[in-house]
Amino acid sequence: MNKDSQGPLWEVFVQKKPGQPFVHCGNLHAFDKEMALQNARDLYTRRNEGTALWVVPTDAIVSSSPEDIGPFFEPANDKVFRHPTFYKLPEGIKHM
Amino acid sequence: MTKQEALFNYLLRLGDTSLILAQRNGEWCGHGPFLEEDLALTNIALDLIGQSNALLNYAAQVEGKGRTADELAFHRTEREFYNTILVEQSNGDYAKTILRQFLCDAFDFYLYTELVKSKDETLAAIAAKSIKEITYHLRHTSSWVERLGDGTEESHTRIQDALNELWRFTGELFEMNQVDTILIQEGIAVDLNLIKPMWESKIKEVLERATLKIPANAFMQRGSRDAKHTEHLGYILAEMQSLPRAFPDAKW
Repeated sequence: MNKDSQGPLWEVFVQKKPGQPFVHCGNLHAFDKEMALQNARDLYTRRNEGTALWVVPTDAIVSSSPEDIGPFFEPANDKVFRHPTFYKLPEGIKHM
Repeated sequence: MTKQEALFNYLLRLGDTSLILAQRNGEWCGHGPFLEEDLALTNIALDLIGQSNALLNYAAQVEGKGRTADELAFHRTEREFYNTILVEQSNGDYAKTILRQFLCDAFDFYLYTELVKSKDETLAAIAAKSIKEITYHLRHTSSWVERLGDGTEESHTRIQDALNELWRFTGELFEMNQVDTILIQEGIAVDLNLIKPMWESKIKEVLERATLKIPANAFMQRGSRDAKHTEHLGYILAEMQSLPRAFPDAKW
């Protein structure tokens, strides 16, 4: 291993409260799962940011690339009928 | 010795130990082996300062001579400090710092678990707050001891050297005197004979996983219960106290 290596990258997701989605908040270096979890706790949750954590090896994430913007996302722009705007939300539904 | 004097001394033991260990860990700030671990260790140092602050505040109150926690921290001399000699030992390499922290965390874990049940309500409340922090510190340092011990040949050698060097300072962690006798009778302090086997079994368990060996040499250095220290404490205090001693009214 490279002498200067700080270990592989991991992506960190924090859940603010139970039931809410895990939100990406940054990344870190770590050599194993337990270290990644502890580093995430020390880097991203010391100021009441959340109550649960996910850490994921960065290379396990499959990402679209900037060139994909056209074919992937633009066809959605002109099809309003795909949006549930004609649907009435029942009262008491949260996080929509 | 009155109960009040005993409690004052007991609180200094606990508070000074957290303070000096925090100061030692703080020396790593900006020098950690990598960014994440630099932050982890300074987080531990900050937790320890918080514990020390609570304990010395209470000590000042128990003493009742109008001194503050800051005055206790910054205006006492070496022979008035009761921290364990283990925590004042030099940082050395990262293996030594981690091992020192691990030995202390395991001790604090059992000590503070018992202190939560103390009949002194303030001390019990401080312990209840601290035990959550200590539980995390122990998890963090245990995994590092294991990682380094069971890691490469170099990391194994380094942490085994650290164990050989620091082991002799662990004996006095369990030393008791008149202070303990008085406070155990009152249900305030912890009988250290009680937690010794738990500490030993935890240490053994982690060291075995880390493939490390406890040195056979049985010599144990003592002194801190009589405020006698190794040569390191004077230098730590010189650095820690220089500013408040030069500028006693400084505010920041």
